Amino acid sequence: MDSPAALKMNGNAAAAPPFLRVCNVIKRFGKFLALKDVSLEVAKGEFVCFLGPSGCGKTTLLRAIAGLDPQDEGMIEIGGRDVSRLPPAARDFGIVFQSYALFPNLTVAANVGYGLVNRGTGRPTIDARVAELLALVGLGDQSAKYPAQLSGGQQQRVALARALATSPGLLLLDEPLSALDARVRIRLRDEIKALQRRLGVTTIMVTHDQDEALAMADRVVVMNQGVIEQIGSPADIYRTPKTAFVADFVGTMTFLDGEIAGPMSLRIGAMELACPEARRFQSGSSVRIGLRPEEIRVRNLDSATPNRFAARIAALNFHGAFCRAQLEPEAAPHIPIFADFSANLMRDLAVTQGQRLTIALPPESLRVFAKS
Amino acid sequence: MSVIATSPVTASAARVSREEWVARAGVLLLIAWLLLTLALPLWALLSKSFQNQNGEFVGLANYIRYFSTPTLFGSIFNSVWVAIATTAIVIPLAFGYAYALTRTRMPFKGLFYAAALLPLFAPSLLSAISLIYLFGNQGLLKWLLFGGSIYGAPGIVVAQVFYCFPHALIITVTALALADARLYEVAEALGTRNARVFRTVTLPGAKFGLINAAFVVFTLVVTDFGIAKVIGGQFNVLATDAYKQVVGQQNFEMGAVVGMVLLVPAVLAFAIDRVVQRRQVALLSARAVPYEPKRSPVRDALLLAYCCVLALILIGVLGTAIWASFITYWPYNLTLTLKNYDFANFDPGGWSPYFTSLEMALATAIVGTTIVFTGAYLVEKTKVLPAGRALAHLLAMLPMAVPGLVLGLGYVFFINAKGNPLGFLYATIAVLVINSVAHFYTVAHITALTALKQIDPEYESVSASLKVPFWRTFRRVTAPICMPAIIDIAIYMFVNALTTVSAVIFLYGPSSKLAAIAIVHMDEMGASAAAAAMASVIVATALGAKFLHILLERVVFMRLQAWRQR
Repeated sequence: MDSPAALKMNGNAAAAPPFLRVCNVIKRFGKFLALKDVSLEVAKGEFVCFLGPSGCGKTTLLRAIAGLDPQDEGMIEIGGRDVSRLPPAARDFGIVFQSYALFPNLTVAANVGYGLVNRGTGRPTIDARVAELLALVGLGDQSAKYPAQLSGGQQQRVALARALATSPGLLLLDEPLSALDARVRIRLRDEIKALQRRLGVTTIMVTHDQDEALAMADRVVVMNQGVIEQIGSPADIYRTPKTAFVADFVGTMTFLDGEIAGPMSLRIGAMELACPEARRFQSGSSVRIGLRPEEIRVRNLDSATPNRFAARIAALNFHGAFCRAQLEPEAAPHIPIFADFSANLMRDLAVTQGQRLTIALPPESLRVFAKS
Repeated sequence: MSVIATSPVTASAARVSREEWVARAGVLLLIAWLLLTLALPLWALLSKSFQNQNGEFVGLANYIRYFSTPTLFGSIFNSVWVAIATTAIVIPLAFGYAYALTRTRMPFKGLFYAAALLPLFAPSLLSAISLIYLFGNQGLLKWLLFGGSIYGAPGIVVAQVFYCFPHALIITVTALALADARLYEVAEALGTRNARVFRTVTLPGAKFGLINAAFVVFTLVVTDFGIAKVIGGQFNVLATDAYKQVVGQQNFEMGAVVGMVLLVPAVLAFAIDRVVQRRQVALLSARAVPYEPKRSPVRDALLLAYCCVLALILIGVLGTAIWASFITYWPYNLTLTLKNYDFANFDPGGWSPYFTSLEMALATAIVGTTIVFTGAYLVEKTKVLPAGRALAHLLAMLPMAVPGLVLGLGYVFFINAKGNPLGFLYATIAVLVINSVAHFYTVAHITALTALKQIDPEYESVSASLKVPFWRTFRRVTAPICMPAIIDIAIYMFVNALTTVSAVIFLYGPSSKLAAIAIVHMDEMGASAAAAAMASVIVATALGAKFLHILLERVVFMRLQAWRQR
């Protein structure tokens, strides 16, 4: 796990104090440790995704920040104010749940205005605010309908408008898109992101969908078994995963067992490969080597290309825009390597099953992880 | 984006602590209420059974005296075998009827179901009155008995079968309605004969329901007072013993012992029901496909005939009492008259017991529904005092295991205990209402919980994030959504408070005599036509309430709950 110091924002945001600070938070459910000493900071206006498999603690962390399931130990600070022991209503956030939790017996307008009604402002102010919010989410003409009369995507937007109605400093989204079908999900993904940019509201979204996290977040917090595995920009997380878990969970990766052969090389079976990352490990130690299937090269190879070897295509799986090939290196046929070949490449090289190919594994694309 | 500024932090923090405080106070009040109206009366009963007349602790002396008095001890045997006989008859009858309702394509299922539920709207002793009119000393069909007598055990069993039938039916229908069509399709695909499918798929699926129904019926019979009182004659059972000991001989200690004995089967049934329900859950997966019966003219015709016969008998028994209430002088002068409804001629109170009953049932429905639903909300939806809420739930489940007669006895001992500041409540309508709310608490509580559990659990979280106190969401969202369940609870409380005899027989006073008790008294005096008339008035009122309920659901909710429509 990273130390809290390593999790600080980089770049210009680091100068301003963080909007949200989570320090050494621990949460137990009976004997089960759901959050093991979790710390992170979120800058004002940032869009952060908590990403991880189910049961990794991402929703638990979100609910601790909201105060819905308070943490057992540790400190949470929102907007410079220690809210660790405050109940939800005393914290400053709006929340959207996976189920939306819209009140079915109230109209869309009444749902959106629900948190405004008991604030002592007059009817006209509330109505204006509700209209403003509904226009914001593109539902200006649906205000008199009941939630059951709306589509899933529309309900989701009503929930978003309701959460934003009180102008909270922090917007919490708990898997807001998982209940929608794929097409609507992708459209709403962009809409939410655009809205968040426009309003500049600090946002935390919980999701188990890596595409969603990579597409929407400024920074992704990858969690596993109650700890933060890595925090970083989507590109960071994808290109330089710090742990085998992150590498495996975000995107596709082939894992191979091998050992460090020298300061810049490693050995997989009978093959010796150049790899700059090898220097992080002691020579001779056994490691896991990760390789993204799209990194494997087959074109423009010459004798100077490093990590070049012959392989046989053992199987081909059609995926539409690309084909995933299972390759068997001739020097080590028992070690399968997966490679994604674009439709273009398939056509140009007329790739078929059983064919022999010369492939290259770019040294900088080889990720080396310690064996757990 | 900030048309309205967020409220100051300090104000909301203060309100939050108030919010938690309100929830805590609510939970504590609920526990206090349940302890006072349930636990303490039962404790009073328990301790009374270990005391002598002067209130001194005498250990098991009362129990030893009870079990060494054959006339008393024999009642256990009587009660048990009458209950076993009733169960053995009513369960197969109800199963056949339920099978017809759930697994055939016979017509008028709704009508047949409604007809079978009729006995629920009458006091239990109505069936006994009807039986006396048909097979009693002056019975129209007495010749069918070939010299036998309906009084005693045979009468009790037959009347109980009538009274328990709807209870057993509801449970078996629920059990049979839960069926996975896939299991039947697999059985069919494997070429299984119908009889084997019935034995290997249908029966095992309904097994838990049948066990549950059997125990419910057994308990109902053992603890019912009205039927044994009216048709039991010299045949002593536990329920009438308790009445005789307490009301007749003022022997409270022995009454308490009988009460404790009566508690045994009910607690047993309750425990078994718990176990059964826990195992039932795993039986039907979320992926199950509901079973749709296929066409089978012969089966449907046979079961239609079966249902016709049973429904006619059920309606006939109810109808006999109503008919008899209009008869001038049974069975010699069968001309119709209204004079039996002039209750002043039979009971000094005249019609006033009826209005007292109405008042009591209405108050029970209003007070009970309010307490039960609010209590269930506190238990299910708040997060304060976890141990306290668990205790409240446990207490709310307790009445299921406590027969009305036992609870009534407990109330007598509790209210009349020396130094109880609540003693002034004795014989008031208030105590009858409190007792009835406690008596019918569990079913109402479960209904409310079921409705609340179906609601999105995040409503309270959303309210908190919007800084809206929970009671506002309770009033504006939760209660309106649960309105159908709330009305269900109110009707259930009303009908049961109207028809119950057993719980209130010890508690009424001159100013709070209920219609159901007036029936017992008029029957005791031999004015059975007037008793039948009063019973008919109760049936009419209970059915009227039910029709009002249906009407309310059909008409009013269509408009009030427009949001349910897509």
